[in-house]
Amino acid sequence: MQSECATLDIRDEADAVDAICAANAKGESCAIVGGGSRSGLGRCAPQAQALSTLALAGVTLYEPNELVLSARAGTRLSEIEALLESNGQQLAFEPIDYGPLFGAERGGATIGGVIAANASGPRRIKAGAARDHLLGFRCVTGRGELVKSGGRVMKNVTGYDLSKLVCGSYGTLALLTELTLKVLPKPETECTLLAIGADEAESLALLRRAAATPCEPSSLAMLPVGAALALDQAAAAIRLEGPAISVTARRDDLAARLASGAVRFETLDERDSKALWRDLRDAAPIVAKVGQIWRMSVAPSESFAVVERIRRAGAPVLAHFYDWAGGLIWLCVEAARDAHAAGVRGAVDACGGHATLIRASDATRATVEVFHPQPASLAALTRRVKESFDPAHILERGRMRAEF
Amino acid sequence: MTLLMPAPEPEIMSRRDELIARLRAILPWESLIVDEVSRRAYECDAFTMYRALPLVVALPESVEQVRAIMALAAEMNVKLVPRGAGTSLSGGSMPLEDGILLGMSKFNRILDIDYENRCARVQPGVQNLAISKAVEAQGFYYAPDPSSQIACSIGGNVAENAGGVHCLKYGLTTNNILGLEVVLMGGDLIRLGGKHLDSEGYDLIGLMTGSEGLLGVVTEVTVRLLQKPPLARVLLLGFASVAAGARCVSAIIARGVIPGGLEMMDRATIHAVERFQPCGYPLDAEALVIVELDGTQAEVDHLVGVVRDIARDEGATTIRASTSETERLQFWAGRKNAFPAVSCIAPDYLCMDGTIPRARLPEALAGMDRLAKERGLSVANVFHAGDGNLHPLILYDASKEGDVERAEKLGFDILRLCVSLGGVLTGEHGVGVEKRDLMGEMFSEVDLEQQMRLKCAFDPAGRLNPGKVFPTLHRCAELGMMHVSGGKMPFSDLPRF
Repeated sequence: MQSECATLDIRDEADAVDAICAANAKGESCAIVGGGSRSGLGRCAPQAQALSTLALAGVTLYEPNELVLSARAGTRLSEIEALLESNGQQLAFEPIDYGPLFGAERGGATIGGVIAANASGPRRIKAGAARDHLLGFRCVTGRGELVKSGGRVMKNVTGYDLSKLVCGSYGTLALLTELTLKVLPKPETECTLLAIGADEAESLALLRRAAATPCEPSSLAMLPVGAALALDQAAAAIRLEGPAISVTARRDDLAARLASGAVRFETLDERDSKALWRDLRDAAPIVAKVGQIWRMSVAPSESFAVVERIRRAGAPVLAHFYDWAGGLIWLCVEAARDAHAAGVRGAVDACGGHATLIRASDATRATVEVFHPQPASLAALTRRVKESFDPAHILERGRMRAEF
Repeated sequence: MTLLMPAPEPEIMSRRDELIARLRAILPWESLIVDEVSRRAYECDAFTMYRALPLVVALPESVEQVRAIMALAAEMNVKLVPRGAGTSLSGGSMPLEDGILLGMSKFNRILDIDYENRCARVQPGVQNLAISKAVEAQGFYYAPDPSSQIACSIGGNVAENAGGVHCLKYGLTTNNILGLEVVLMGGDLIRLGGKHLDSEGYDLIGLMTGSEGLLGVVTEVTVRLLQKPPLARVLLLGFASVAAGARCVSAIIARGVIPGGLEMMDRATIHAVERFQPCGYPLDAEALVIVELDGTQAEVDHLVGVVRDIARDEGATTIRASTSETERLQFWAGRKNAFPAVSCIAPDYLCMDGTIPRARLPEALAGMDRLAKERGLSVANVFHAGDGNLHPLILYDASKEGDVERAEKLGFDILRLCVSLGGVLTGEHGVGVEKRDLMGEMFSEVDLEQQMRLKCAFDPAGRLNPGKVFPTLHRCAELGMMHVSGGKMPFSDLPRF
């Protein structure tokens, strides 16, 4: 989408200030592009020029004992993950790799893009989202001003928590230049307990029961028939992580607590467990389907009813699965010009939550709202927040909301 | 007293009667406090160094009343200061002489406990601890546990992003909130989030949390409930030097262990605590590290062994592990009583709240010692060692000429030291009025202007809790956030200080 417009390489913060000030002078909008793995995400809104952060790369601080890492925004996620791995650490929020969803290579994402999309995987329910791991950052705002916020320490309430605000802002507030993240030890091992044989609603109820035990599952997904693992029955998948002695004990405890005539249990060992959750993180069960993809966040107890309502509204569901103990629905529908938005959003609005159109053609994403519509007073406040950073709507104009 | 608050605006003071009459139309008689003696009860929060008599105290009990009061405040251009339980240690809810004090204490109901979705909807005046009490029979609790948890309210916790002993593993308030209902100046009501995770659009829940009552008034909070770990055990580790204790803390984390609690105290505090309520702390130690490990029996026993080995390698002079719940609570009792214990060894103390990178702890303590000597005062230290959050307690005697000023100056010295070591001014108590004038130590003028512009997005007239957090008051128009018509600056009487 951005391939036809001029691309400017941002090598340092001074470049970013110059570029954004120049864009303000001309009133021209800018896309912010890292690895490009997420360029299909958001409303389709072509910009006058692209600012590439790929040259703004490198880890600037890593102190494993302090659980902290700083990197420039254009640093590849794969580089950061490899560095953490060599110290037995990880980004606990398990960033989604959007590459497969948009037909791109795996591992192309930059850390700036990960934060800009607040992209968090299956472990989110236990470890928190990307927004829970950003300790501080430096950026150049849409006004062309260099601003910093937060710090490198774990606990900090000095001034407003702007780290939360830039997570999930899709580049509409500022061009992030450097990020400081909380990193955590990798669990010693993991396994996955599969409860196979119950129907979809029962399997989801089982996940909620598992989440309410003291067994500390770190991820809970419900896989309809055919979604994954080549099973011929629906399955509830429960990931347990930690020291080996504890993982085994918790798995046995959980199986005893969840036992019923309706399900049989299987265990995936560490290798298979890791592969499963990597696939679910990246929405593998629905990625290969030809169709439009929605991602919905709702109260866990509502998700089955949401999918039922979507079906009743006439949207042809091709495939779907649930993560976050049912709180997250990934769903693929047969492509339509309106992406069945009214049916999908109506189904979500009936219980509260939001639906994001993740994958659809440019034409569809230019006309259908990609992000969930907001009530008037919230939309007005959102716009004022945007304009406090970017009064002339220079950055990623129209990417999140048509009005800015 | 070195901090200046905005001078009361005579124009507002002169309209007090009109304001009271208009508030009477919104609130029942008993929900409006106008007489001076009763207003005195609200003149400060837990940051007692500074006091001001509020113009009037309003105690609404419905969202509609809050909306009407905030609409009236905007219409009459009157300042408004929200207050929860009044336990702020930084003066976040200190009243203004020309402002309405909006007390949220009547919002004290738990509205909905939803075990299936592991969350609860509560009103902002509900006590922090009351949430855990309400759900404990089902095996749940609300994780953030500030030491004021028997008194502080969840609305205040949101305003200050309260932490506690367990936040290294379980997060601060901001990591445990799913939804908020907020009233803005002018009376607009917005709902953020709900029972689902990660609402898209700007993360205004994250922004509201820790905004110190400057952006909006929270009228409802949806909190995450966690399942209580089946078992917790505590290790007491004594060390011959603070540096050795700090090395042990780093070694525990380097091994990949994230304890439920990881606390440390210095010799002065250990002795104060043992005098106050003996709980078996080693009096020969220069530093005491308290490690709580929680989880399943197998995991906890395993980790106790791991930590014990690390402590031995790091040269611990005392190693004790709790073997029963009674003993665990006894091990904690000293830490939980550290503040009252310290108040028994000095007539007054000032509690500071800087955070530093953990590795700089020995330097920070040595620096503090030096600074205290320079001011002729002494400092006792307790800290959340796991996340580098220091609580130096500056001991002084308010009845002694000049001691208050010396203590305040030492506090500022210590916070500057924290910033120079790569840390921050406040880890969990907030900026409020206490650290307002130090914000320039951490932030540039441009950084602060961006934060103030955000305030303008929520409160264009700057009437909600002004004089807190930011060292200067800017007009939103100056910041480029308001249209100036006909060359006339709106609110040209806004004070600057």
